[in-house]
Amino acid sequence: MNILVCVSKTPDTTAKVDFIGDAKKYNEEGKQFIMNPYDEWYALVRAMELKESNGGEVTIINVGPASNDPILRKGLAIGADKAIRVDAEDTDAFFVASQIAAYAVDNGFDLIFCGKETIDYNGSLVGSMVAELLNQPFISYASKMEYTDGTAIVNRDIEGGIEVLKLKTPFVLSAAKGLAEQRIPNMRGIMMAKRKPLDVIPAVDAGSGLSIEKFELPADKGSVKMVDPNDMDELVRLLHEEAKII
Amino acid sequence: MSSSKTDKFQYHDYYVIDELLDENHLLARQAVRDWVKQEVSPIIEEYSDKAECPTHLFKGLAEIGAFGPSLPEKYGCGGMDEIAYGIIMQELERGDSGIRSMASVQGSLVMYPIYKFGTEEHRKKYLPKLASGELIGCFGLTEPDFGSNPAGMITNIKDDGDAYILNGAKMWITNSPVADIAVVWGRDEVGKVRGMIVEMDWPGVSAPEIKGKWSLRASVTGELVFEDVRVPKTHMLEVRGLKGPLSCLSKARYGIAWGAVGAALDCYDSALRYSLERIQFDKPIGQFQLTQKKLAEMITEITKAQLLNWRLGTLANNGKVTPAQISMAKRNNVAIALDIAREARQIHGGMGITNEYPVMRHMMNLETVLTYEGTHDIHLLITGHDVTGLNAFK
Ligand SMILES: Cc1cc2nc3c(=O)[nH]c(=O)nc-3n(C[C@H](O)[C@H](O)[C@H](O)COP(=O)(O)OP(=O)(O)OC[C@H]3O[C@@H](n4cnc5c(N)ncnc54)[C@H](O)[C@@H]3O)c2cc1C
Repeated sequence: MNILVCVSKTPDTTAKVDFIGDAKKYNEEGKQFIMNPYDEWYALVRAMELKESNGGEVTIINVGPASNDPILRKGLAIGADKAIRVDAEDTDAFFVASQIAAYAVDNGFDLIFCGKETIDYNGSLVGSMVAELLNQPFISYASKMEYTDGTAIVNRDIEGGIEVLKLKTPFVLSAAKGLAEQRIPNMRGIMMAKRKPLDVIPAVDAGSGLSIEKFELPADKGSVKMVDPNDMDELVRLLHEEAKII
Repeated sequence: MSSSKTDKFQYHDYYVIDELLDENHLLARQAVRDWVKQEVSPIIEEYSDKAECPTHLFKGLAEIGAFGPSLPEKYGCGGMDEIAYGIIMQELERGDSGIRSMASVQGSLVMYPIYKFGTEEHRKKYLPKLASGELIGCFGLTEPDFGSNPAGMITNIKDDGDAYILNGAKMWITNSPVADIAVVWGRDEVGKVRGMIVEMDWPGVSAPEIKGKWSLRASVTGELVFEDVRVPKTHMLEVRGLKGPLSCLSKARYGIAWGAVGAALDCYDSALRYSLERIQFDKPIGQFQLTQKKLAEMITEITKAQLLNWRLGTLANNGKVTPAQISMAKRNNVAIALDIAREARQIHGGMGITNEYPVMRHMMNLETVLTYEGTHDIHLLITGHDVTGLNAFK
């Protein structure tokens, strides 16, 4: 079974958020980047598990510049068989989805996995767009997936419960917590990753006309006030007079 | 008390030394850091508190490939370069010096001599199992009466047909109470130092634990006692003289030079964060000049030590590093790490003495690191010997 896993690059969860160019662009200077955790911990690892029990190949794909290669190498170190980078700026979800769909059409995958969202822009868009472009079913927020002979049973987390779905491959799925458990690449995997193919392909035309006007940061939260645990009167006074919640 | 804390560590690379590293180094560093955050940080204070070794971590260390990462892949090892090995040690010691010790003994003091001085049979028999953590090893050089002066060792072997009879006692042996095998150094009948692989379940071998350590509390240390142990001659390593154990120590000391920077980084990182959060006299304490002096000196020393390590690693990769160069880095980096731990402890005020923060644990650990693998003063004498040509040991 051949699985395509879409992986993207996001700033580290501890990275500072600031913008450049009239607040139109995230400032990448001095930031550390990681593979989007939903892609890495759940989508990629579940794909690896399915490959391990059913055979086949796991391909990872990213749309972005050469500075994204370390993310792909990490995916290869975790165990993916090959990596594809579509050499273009990932301007918006439709552009990215069009690139992934174009690659997938040419290469025929049984399954396409992505994360439920990226932890930077939280768009949750690419997976559904890829499915639409390929005319395939799409399942979002999958927290469990079992597969036998071309049929999958997928659990979706919904408000207050779980929805259980059954469908045949091929389809597109976005991975949520629970689908798999994080795998940390080991040193042998890292060494092997160097010998696996990382192919760079050109982008296809896919304009969406979308552009970012600006980003805004939320208002400052203000500083924390420490109150002596024995001074309940002071706590009550602050809640009443300053926070005005009692 | 502390098991639910999250590890907020962030790396500090003031001189952008990452640009001198390759993709593998960065991947290895991230992998080990993730592992430490997941497996070590949540439990380390508790194990240190109880003075208990988290032996379940041997398996995890093996899985990430921390045992013998720079030995060849055909023996189940990583096949990485020396910088990668150093980086792994740095990240492990960022978690705890005891956890790093578990890995450096296994990799540099057990697997390395078997690889370097063992027969092909030894390598095939032991290395894959040591790499996978199925076997745990220890290294017996130090004796109760011979620490800095291993040349005086009295542990000895006597010829007895197809075996040697081993007698003696080793002291301060990391991992010995939990080990399956030991690489042991003893004197033969003509007085030459010989190395051998001893299996811990052989008759006459025992390894009582040393209790009461205030340092490296999460690492288990013991003695090795040999009473008329029959060591088949097939278990002897092919090396004679002190250069055998000393070459292993060079490997381990190299890893310690990197490891110490990990401990220093953790102390600095915690102190920096605390100095920005802790308010006194209506200001974050990081705004006071005396706190800034401490922090500025810490990051300066860390940066120098990082550069030292990178250069040492490059020399090691090119096969050009000398034992004296390793001594300089081990001595310097452990000393600055200990100083940084002490200054960081001060910045944390009273909180600094508790296990809410990692600093005091690192400080206590580093007292061992300052002493083992050649004491601070012995490494100074090695540098002194190297630059003057005059031996001040005796
Ligand atoms: C937790 C722990 C784990 C260890 N693990 C291992 C292990 O796995 N395997 C192993 O073989 N060993 C191990 N060691 C032993 C360690 O390497 C020795 O403790 C170290 O070499 C020092 O020896 P010593 O303790 O006998 O001190 P000594 O040699 O007695 O030194 C005492 C002091 O005298 C100084 N001194 C000695 N000679 C001179 C000199 N010529 N000039 C000036 N000063 C001198 C030293 O610098 C030191 O300050 C471990 C030690 C500890 C504490």
